[in-house]
Amino acid sequence: MTTTQEPQTSAVAPSRGTRFTGWAANYIDERTSISGLVREVGRKIFPDHWSFMLGEVALYSFIVILLSGTFLTFFFQASMVPVIYEGSWVPLKGIEMSAAMASTLDISFDIRGGLLMRQVHHWAALLFVASIGLHMLRVFFTGAFRKPREINWIIGFVLFILAMLEGFTGYSLPDDLLSGNGLRIIDGMVKGVPIVGTWVSYLIFGGEFPGTDIVGRLYTVHILLAPAILVALLGVHMLLLIINKHTQFAGPGRTNDNVVGVPIMPVFAAKAGGFFFIIFGVIVLIASFFQINPVWVYGPYDPSPVSAGTQPDWYIGFADGALRLVPPGWEVELGVFTLSLNILVPLLILPLFLALVAFYPFFEAWVTGDKREHHIADRPRNAPTRTAIGAAGVTFYAVLWAAASSDLIATHFKLTIEGVINACQVLLIIGPIIAYFVTKRICLALQKKDREIALHGYESGRIVRLPGGEYIEVHEQLDEYERWKLVSYSDYKPLMLRPDAKGRITFRQRLRSAASGWFFEDRIEPVTSTELERSHSDH
Amino acid sequence: MAKDHEGPTGGDAAGSTVEKFGANPPSAGTAVVVADGIPNPGFEPYRPRVTDLDPSKERQQERRVAGLFILSIVGTVAAITAYIIFPIVPGNLDSVRFNNLFLGVGITLALLSIGLGAVHWSKALMDGHDMVEQRHGTRGSDETRAKAVEVFTLGNKESGFGRRTLIRNTLIGALVVSPLPAVVLFRDLAPAEDPVPLLQHTLWKKGTRLTRDPSGTPIRASEVTLGSAFHVIPEGLNELEDKLEQKAKAAVLLMRLKPEDLQVSPGREDWNYAGIVAYSKICTHVGCPVALYEQQTHHLLCPCHQSQFDITREAKVIFGPAKRPLPQLPITVDAEGYLIARSDFTEPVGPSFWERNV
Repeated sequence: MTTTQEPQTSAVAPSRGTRFTGWAANYIDERTSISGLVREVGRKIFPDHWSFMLGEVALYSFIVILLSGTFLTFFFQASMVPVIYEGSWVPLKGIEMSAAMASTLDISFDIRGGLLMRQVHHWAALLFVASIGLHMLRVFFTGAFRKPREINWIIGFVLFILAMLEGFTGYSLPDDLLSGNGLRIIDGMVKGVPIVGTWVSYLIFGGEFPGTDIVGRLYTVHILLAPAILVALLGVHMLLLIINKHTQFAGPGRTNDNVVGVPIMPVFAAKAGGFFFIIFGVIVLIASFFQINPVWVYGPYDPSPVSAGTQPDWYIGFADGALRLVPPGWEVELGVFTLSLNILVPLLILPLFLALVAFYPFFEAWVTGDKREHHIADRPRNAPTRTAIGAAGVTFYAVLWAAASSDLIATHFKLTIEGVINACQVLLIIGPIIAYFVTKRICLALQKKDREIALHGYESGRIVRLPGGEYIEVHEQLDEYERWKLVSYSDYKPLMLRPDAKGRITFRQRLRSAASGWFFEDRIEPVTSTELERSHSDH
Repeated sequence: MAKDHEGPTGGDAAGSTVEKFGANPPSAGTAVVVADGIPNPGFEPYRPRVTDLDPSKERQQERRVAGLFILSIVGTVAAITAYIIFPIVPGNLDSVRFNNLFLGVGITLALLSIGLGAVHWSKALMDGHDMVEQRHGTRGSDETRAKAVEVFTLGNKESGFGRRTLIRNTLIGALVVSPLPAVVLFRDLAPAEDPVPLLQHTLWKKGTRLTRDPSGTPIRASEVTLGSAFHVIPEGLNELEDKLEQKAKAAVLLMRLKPEDLQVSPGREDWNYAGIVAYSKICTHVGCPVALYEQQTHHLLCPCHQSQFDITREAKVIFGPAKRPLPQLPITVDAEGYLIARSDFTEPVGPSFWERNV
């Protein structure tokens, strides 16, 4: 099981291919000393679990984005110079539009494979943001953000923000009606910022909205600035992953001091490399069959028309929903100045929510006071309060996200627009609270169930009638490997409030004790061997 | 706390050898580590796969993997073939569709087959044993850290960075202010003139004819029948260089209601013409076009964030995040019966901004 097979030296004369490989390896190593790197990382062990592939999906879809995006740059013109469209799409023939929009139409209708690459790029982008989100949830709910991975959590968080920025800037480039409306909303939001808003909007758009600069500027951000930062941070993210080694779930033989899994060379390389091609293939498959962002239906940007049911790309939905949920009348006048609370409040709540996500690891570390390294991923049920907090956060996000489609929900389910908005406003407050308590109860119940199974075994389905007439169901004991998965988790007790060396109880200490009580007061302890023996002797 | 780390632990065994590098093992905080935790049972015995046991199965899987790789080559050839035999015929949408579909399917086949082949190879044929690698504390060893400290100490000593505070502080000061020109350089992202007066005025002025959007043909009052609504732009807008910027402020919705349905506030008595009213189409929330007019209720709905405005009550907000009513454009008719503006809007249109009332 644990042996690493040594390469076997064969006595037969090397073939021509082997000799060439040997020569090439020597040539490179004598100039780069790369053998050290290969020795260091070539047989690094990667643990296996389905949830670990979510980050891989993000990485691979990003590569697909880079490849398809590079193709698009060869044809796209990031210019708002007005042109008369003369391409193949008849309904827009002879219409004045920006060069950006016209070149997007040319990519779609006059360049072979252009539409495919556009759709690959857009679908891959949606998958990229979605998989980052799921990857973050996985890391959160398994506690994989704990020491020593807090910095990598922050880097991952910044990558998530950058992914949304990339998505939004890319969405805005074709200069079509929908994306122009999106920019109009950004303009309105920026203008709502006190004191500097008017000027910031003026600077961003190079004059009055929409101006003739914004597409070119967003293009620079989209293909140079943001990707450069993204690639650099992604490199650090991967480097820290290698330095920290991957977390693993508890299992027989697995400890906090080892990594159990497959080596990079060859198994992980084959699996991960193969998985890249699968992701790429699936994205191309979707792009071949399913249309996305048909800008030719919307037409070029014009500040006057708009269609009902306008929607941003899904990952911007939560921000749009936040704007919709503001109650009427939130705008005040301070003397001659106007304070747009209807914009400012969402603009503050969203970063606050994101900041809570980013800094949660430090909060939990402060509550537990645990300064040790953690390499065993928690099962979500074994950290009930954290899981419940996560569920509350997800609910908050989900309500904002649903609110962005309030009009579509209303028309599909034959409800009033006002009713949907009001329901979302209420849910935004009480939804997370309900989610918190329900999730916490579910986690505790699952932990109790695990305890029960570890101690008394599982129901075998075999009913036995005793001589006295009583029926019982026979319980089968777990084998020790299965049991280990149920009993192996970290357990914390609430912090006792004690005076420090000077006999004082500080406010900080009180706060930490309260937080600790909130986290751990109703904890379920893991089964001990004493309990196990006692329960076995009972039978 | 340190004693908690010894012996078999019931928890996730955090902090045994990993922490031994440090002089003091890190605190376990409020973690509970019991003495009689259930011990780790060690690795499960390896369960051989069918390819480990049966050489014929192994050869079968080998053929399957190779078959997938050959299929990938077929897909590549198919993609190139599709590129050639499904050209885009100008004006023929089906040709675009076929090009997209068959090219895509060929590439999909090429990529998916490589992926499935490689993953299947790794799962069915490569060594299936789990392997173990020991972790070491992330923290550098005490020796390494002492060396690193020495590097900094020497650097400090040899440069005098800590001792020569005048040099150090002036350097920090210089470095802090040096990026400022880069900030200033961005001033010319926008033109020199102040944006506030621009936002306070639109193209409308006394006598400007109301014309249809987008054709630009003028509208006679008699053409605006009861219950109808017109999308309106000022006359001459289409000929302007900056027509989009002007349109983003000047777009107007024109509707005719029964005069008795209109609640007119003092001072606005002559702003409508026989029940014909004109309101800014730019939402006072964040500036989307308020384009959806509900004829029966005389409500306007902004499709972006669902603000609703009641035209009978001078476009007062009746629902949604917007605060202010849509500004009304005072209108009348000229000698030829065409609708004209009496003046510009009397307040800035569109989203609120800080200096709105300045």
